[in-house]
Formats: sequence, C-alpha cells, structure tokens
Amino acid sequence: MTIHESRFTNHEYMFSIDRWQEIYLTIRKNKLRTFLTGFAVAWGIFMLIILLGSGNGLENGVKEQFKGGAMNGIWISSGVTSVQYKGLKTGREIKFTDQDYKLIKNSIKGYDHISARLFLGSVLVSNKNEYGSFFVSPSHPDYGYIKEIQILQGRFLNQIDIRECRKVAAIGEKVKTELFKGRDTVALEKYINIKGVPFKVIGIFRDFGRDDNEQKRIYIPITTAQKVFYTSNVINQISFTTGNASPEEADVMLKKAKMTLSRSHTFSPDDPRAIDIMNKSEDVRRFNALFAGIRMFIWIIGIGTIIAGIVGVSNIMMISVKERTKEIGIRKTLGATPASIIGLVMQEAILITGFAGYIGLVLGVGLLELISKNMPPSDFFRNPEANFTIAIGATILLIIAGAFAGFFPAMKAAAIRPIEALREE
Amino acid sequence: MIDITNIHKTYITGTNKLHVLKGIDLKVEAGEMISVMGASGSGKSTLLNILGILDNHDHGEYLLSGIKIEHLNERKAAQLRNKYLGFVFQSFNLVSFKNAAENVALPLYYQNIKRKKRNLIAMEYLDRMGLKEWAHHLPNELSGGQKQRVAIARALIAKPKVILADEPTGALDSVTSQEVMDILTDINRNENITMLIVTHELDIAKRTQKTIRITDGMITEIIKN
Repeated sequence: MTIHESRFTNHEYMFSIDRWQEIYLTIRKNKLRTFLTGFAVAWGIFMLIILLGSGNGLENGVKEQFKGGAMNGIWISSGVTSVQYKGLKTGREIKFTDQDYKLIKNSIKGYDHISARLFLGSVLVSNKNEYGSFFVSPSHPDYGYIKEIQILQGRFLNQIDIRECRKVAAIGEKVKTELFKGRDTVALEKYINIKGVPFKVIGIFRDFGRDDNEQKRIYIPITTAQKVFYTSNVINQISFTTGNASPEEADVMLKKAKMTLSRSHTFSPDDPRAIDIMNKSEDVRRFNALFAGIRMFIWIIGIGTIIAGIVGVSNIMMISVKERTKEIGIRKTLGATPASIIGLVMQEAILITGFAGYIGLVLGVGLLELISKNMPPSDFFRNPEANFTIAIGATILLIIAGAFAGFFPAMKAAAIRPIEALREE
Repeated sequence: MIDITNIHKTYITGTNKLHVLKGIDLKVEAGEMISVMGASGSGKSTLLNILGILDNHDHGEYLLSGIKIEHLNERKAAQLRNKYLGFVFQSFNLVSFKNAAENVALPLYYQNIKRKKRNLIAMEYLDRMGLKEWAHHLPNELSGGQKQRVAIARALIAKPKVILADEPTGALDSVTSQEVMDILTDINRNENITMLIVTHELDIAKRTQKTIRITDGMITEIIKN
C-alpha cells in the first residue's frame, strides 16, 4: 500500500494558505450569502458593544458623583432626638464635644484617619480690598485624607497647628482666585481675614467634589476655631475612614461609634435623627451592586443578540451546505477527506463570523467614541467606553461563536454521501 | 487491475431489503476498455459505486490494483479515490462556481500540490482537450461536449489507473457522443488507462473491447466487440 499514512495531509490543516484561498474563492463567488450570514453577527456584536459602552457611561456618570471624599469614609453629624429614651423628651439637641471625638477615637478599631469638624457656615473672608463669602471648615489634619483633597501649593493643616492653635488656613483653588487677583496673585504666606481675625495661608488645595461649595472651602485648625470663634469645645461632626476594613468590619466600626455616642449623650441607638450618618462605603456598595446587576443584564441581552446571530449563521450555513451538497459530493469523489470538508465549512463560518464581528466591533467602538467626544457629560452619563478587555473578550467570543455556528453544518457536510449527492440534479 | 469476486450488495430502506448485486465476479486487466450495460435497476450503477469506493459491498472481495478494498474509513477511501480513480459522469458534475481550469485542478488540491503548479498542469490538460481558450469560463458558459471534456481533463489530471465513466454520453447528442468516445478511446490507448464505461447505448458499448451485460444483479453475458 502506497498511501501515505500521516495523521493530516496539507489540505486538512487549518492554516494552510491553499485552504484559505479555497475559502476566499468560495466566499467571493457567493457574496450575497456571505453578506447575509455576516450581517446578523455584525449587528449582534455592535449591539453588545453599544450596550456595554452605555453601561460604562452610566457607571462613570454615577461614579463621578462619588468623587470628593474617600470611598471608605463615614461622617457622623449631631442632630436632634426624635425618640423618647430613658425618660428624656424628644427634640433634644445633641451637641458633640472634643470628648466625643476622643471617645470614638479610642473605642473604634481599624480606622486609618479620623477628624472632628465644626460647621461655621458661609463666612465673609477678605484679602485687603477683595471680599468673598466662603465655607470655613475647622477640622483636624486627617480631614485632608478623608476628603481626599489634593494639595497644589504649600501644605495642609498639621498636628503642630492643632496643638498650638495656630491661625493658619488651607484655601481652595477658587478661594485663591477670588481673593488674590490682579498683581496680588501669590497667596502663600499671605494673611486673609476671617470674621475679623487674620489667618496665614499655608496651602492651596483642589477638591474633586462636584459641589461648588467644596471648591470654595477654607480649612483652619479646629482648636483655633474653638478658641477664637466659640470659646468652647463643641464640634459638629466626626468623620473617619475605615482603612482596609471589609464592609462587615466597617459596619461594626460604625455601630461601635454609634453606641459610644448614644451612651455619652443618652439617646436611643435606634433614633434615626439624633445623629446623622453618611456612610460612603455603603452607598458605593449599593451602587456597585446595582451596576453589577446592570452589567449582567447587558451581557445577557448582548449574548442573547449574539446567539441569535450565531443561530442565523448556523442556519445559513446549513442551507449553504444543502445547496453545496453536490459540490461537496464532487469534492469527496475527487479525494476530499471528511476532515477536509469539516475544516472547509467551519473555517468559512469562523472567517465570516470573525470578519463580520470585527466590523461590528469597530463600528460599535467608533460610535461610542463619537458619542463620548460630542456629548457633554451629564450627572448620569459620561464617557461611554468599551475597553480593551471587552474588545478582547468579544473577539474570543466571536471565534467560539463562529466555531459553534459552523460545527453542525460541517458535520452535516461531512456526512454527505457522494453517490447520493451526485445523483441529485 | 480490477478483480472482484462474489460481490453482494443489499440496500435496506426501512423494512425493505433490496438485494441489488447477487454475486458479481469480474476481472479487468490493466489497459482494458470495457463497457457495462443493463436495464435501469439492474445494478450497474451500484457496481460502479462499489468499484469507485463510493459505496461499500456487503460480501465478496474487491482488489483494486492489488489493494484489498475492505472496511475502509472515509479518509482512506478518499485518498484511494484520489490516487487510483478518475470519474466521469453523465451530468458532468463540475463545481458551478469554479471555472474550467479550477475544476480541472481540484483533484490536485487534494494532493497538496501548490496552486500555481496545479493551475499550470490544469492548463496543460485543458489544452489537450482543445479547451485552452475556455479555461476561465464557468461551466454554465460551456456546451455539453465542452463540459464533458473538462470533466475528462479533471478525471485525468491525477493520473489515475482506472477511469470510471457513468453514462458519459447520456446527456450529449450523437455527434458529440462520438467525439467524447474518441477522446476516451485515445486516452485508453495512448496512456494505457483502464476504462470502465456504464452505458445503455449499444453503439457506445460497441466501441469498447468488451461489453458486460448485467441483469438483475448478476453478470449474464460477456461480449467481445
């Protein structure tokens, strides 16, 4: 026997150039069929990319609103009681003091930054003849971390400022531009007048918060403010970040802080109004869960669309195999092996799906880019994007999809019996 | 070249059993040109399919050029067909979207011969059939006789040992039929290729060296022409 026994001969190899030429010829001679086959896939991928990009846009828009403050920050402000507790009436005003700050600092474990704050509200501030109304926020040095501000010049408050009750101020970018105009543009080391008291500017910062008030803020040492403006040790807010704590551990820390305050001020731990809590990690977690849901929804719809495309390709390939019964019969008669026929059909499917899908991918990404460039970002939608991972994922999906689409038609083609095929007229 | 002994073939469709070949013995020497005649349903096409390794026989022995044809998988069968056999059909069986040259070159594709080389060889064979100018025409632009000549070129290109022709003139007028027979006779003589032609036309059968008549699944007559 002189037949060579190699496992595969050349025309059975997937990467043989001749094979691709053969497929190219077939495709070129059957343009309409190829176009119809590809269109469904291109559409599926296009839709998936648009959906995923829009999902990202939505997520980016919402995430933007979380900016200007650590994602693991917890803010506790004093309020007014709304529940009777241990014989005490409702409507009682809770007033935090330095003592509460120290208690919390000592009772909770695992925080990485903690600060007390006073609410002075909007205050008239001046630099010589320039006046402006700004939010003055007395706090501890740690607040810079909790608020995640960026120092542009100089420094933020430090422990010595606190200890020595220095009259120093870190001012926001916008405060600087409003108070230091014309020739007088250097703010550092200059004195500004807050409620009639001169404070030396030690730093200029940028806040990423979206609220204008956050940009127009002035931070001064809390001890200085207590001495100069209050002559008492009152504070309005205690805030801390939870470090690397898990959501559950953060909950424990918050609960501990709540219990401590409840005990020292005798209010019900279940009173929703006695203290006001803003738990950013909780909000972030809730939104992450929401977006995980949205993303899953998008993938389900997107994959559904692609499956519809694959079924379409598979269907058309089925018809194509039926149409090509005679051709396949001829090929088999002339020496085509089943493996060669399977390869021919499957590779055609993969090629069409891959190519069409790639077109859909490019169009989808292009449209997203166009939207991203020309649409002004809004609160709930900004910068829709399909990132590299998605593109790679989609490509792999396409190849698998193509193989799937081609598999059953290919099996059908391989099963064609030449005798019957050639008998057909 | 072809040596079959006691070949049986039964087709089973549902509950029906159709015993088509009932013990065929046939020896065809290398370089012989024989014809097979028989009424439709006599089993002559089945015999051709078995000889062409397009179908399996149930019993008996088939030796093709000394190779025992038995229990072959499709892959082996395809390779044997490609190497030893050339086919010519009544309905030509050209691939409709390939031009004449591409059709002729197709068997060489399955022998892994490079495109350039096989196109060159295909042109050579088309030239021999007098169809050089028609090389780039699609089958539907060719006449019946031209199509059959393309098919013959395709059957020859892999240098087979045997050409199996199933009613090669069945779709052609008598003048063209004689031309096609001239070509087949020439090939048989000049290249010593064994030829087996199934036909129901007596004047075609007369042009072969030997005619075998099949009736009801058995060889009933062997006539020397």
